[in-house]
Amino acid sequence: MTYTATEMMTIAAARALTSEDICFVGIGLPSAACNLARLTHAPRLTLVYESGTLETKPRVLPLSIGDGELCDTALTTVPVIEMFQYWLQGGRTTVGFLGGAQVDRYGNLNSTVVGDYARPKVRLPGSGGASEIATACHRIYVVMPHGVRAFVDKLDFLTSLGHGLTGRERRALGVRTDGPTLIVTDLCTMRPDPETMEFAVATLHPGVTAERVRENTGWPVRFHASVEVTPAPEAHELSALRDLLQRTAQEHGVH
Amino acid sequence: MAEFLALSDAVSRFVKRGDSVALEGFTHLIPFAAGHEIIRQGLTELTLIRMTPDLIYDQMIGSGCARKLVFSWGGNPGVGSLHRFRDAVERGWPRPLELEEHGHSAMAHAYAAGAAGMPCAIFRGYLGSDLPRVNGRIQSVVCPFTGETLAAVPALRPDVTIIHAQKSDRHGNVLISGIVGVQKEAVLAAARAIVTVEEVVDDLETAGTNAVVLPSWTVHAIAVAPGGARPSYAHGYYQRDNAFYTEWDSIARDRDRFRAWIDAEVIHGRSDAAGATRT
Repeated sequence: MTYTATEMMTIAAARALTSEDICFVGIGLPSAACNLARLTHAPRLTLVYESGTLETKPRVLPLSIGDGELCDTALTTVPVIEMFQYWLQGGRTTVGFLGGAQVDRYGNLNSTVVGDYARPKVRLPGSGGASEIATACHRIYVVMPHGVRAFVDKLDFLTSLGHGLTGRERRALGVRTDGPTLIVTDLCTMRPDPETMEFAVATLHPGVTAERVRENTGWPVRFHASVEVTPAPEAHELSALRDLLQRTAQEHGVH
Repeated sequence: MAEFLALSDAVSRFVKRGDSVALEGFTHLIPFAAGHEIIRQGLTELTLIRMTPDLIYDQMIGSGCARKLVFSWGGNPGVGSLHRFRDAVERGWPRPLELEEHGHSAMAHAYAAGAAGMPCAIFRGYLGSDLPRVNGRIQSVVCPFTGETLAAVPALRPDVTIIHAQKSDRHGNVLISGIVGVQKEAVLAAARAIVTVEEVVDDLETAGTNAVVLPSWTVHAIAVAPGGARPSYAHGYYQRDNAFYTEWDSIARDRDRFRAWIDAEVIHGRSDAAGATRT
């Protein structure tokens, strides 16, 4: 079965989740990955969205974090202040999924501006929940397509803390959660070096060369000692993902 | 006690030029009809407060209503950019927009602090983030019991909060259900509150439930505005118009097309909920 690089990325991200996880979900790729996991190998995966929907099981992917579908299929829905106070800050979520316009070698993320803050070249949406998700969830998975404009040597703005500018900032700031432990892209998966906390390539997706990852990364990217090939998407993973996206397109009136 | 008014009267009586105004509703129950009425009345110099500016603030910013924006996520959910917001920040059109930028956790805490009559909100946040470097209102305090450094932001106290709710009873008590967002906190934090509703009923039928109910004496004006949250949604009444959220991207991308849309749908629209009634 043939598949696209985006499908590989979504499936690789979904595989990182388990039925034991309580996952704080963002919109877009994270939402697709989390719901795919729930529909395949992790049926008891618990999803919470920042709109206050706890244990939601959407039939189609929401376009926003507050679609009615999320509330209709949730165990319960709590006020937004409660979501951030008790459920996020209270340490009840095991995994947070984040993305951004830029990520650096330590998994720090920028979703605020490209260019100078006061006179930005591109004004991005901003933090939303990310600046606290980054430190309150037990660990963070980052999903972003590879490219030199996204995988940068130096962020224009640090919205959400990864392992900091030297890899040691979490402990210095008294943050006790693990931070980013996985980056999934359309070319590879990356995990931090346990000593330096710098992200290095752990697996290459089928057919992707190390050279291609180097060309698409804005810093001299390192590779773990034994880089393996990411298992290719299986037929049941692809069909579950495609069915989900097709149901979603129909529901949203996109044909 | 809440007074039942036409939406145009509620806005002209309770919203003034230069006010700080919060139109809340977390994706759900966004008060579009009220926002359009503010545009029609030509109110300017407003400080607009909202966690997720969404299409309604894109429309108000593009129409020149706002001097300043207090916010935590300025995108078109699931679609991309808010182009009028970006044009104001990146190119100062139709006028420069001052930003006070937070994260969601800070904004939610700040509304709750406002509702609680506290001067500030304290929470664990912004650790390692650059946001405190560009927003002087993000400070820190040290916990007197543990020594932990915590983030502090000033309480939000809007001059006016406007929300849309499913219904009120004839006494002006208001019911919100579904994704309830920060509306209760935003209303209780404000000096004045306007609520638009889908309908007025004899009985809210909330006895014995823990539904979110705002008593009549926390609200100044109620205006009936069926469809007043479109193209967002009102749980139990109508769904979110996801196709319009997608279409907005191309409308808002171009200044002339945006102005033509505002002129046709809001200024010369058909009702209080004009523009919002397009679906």
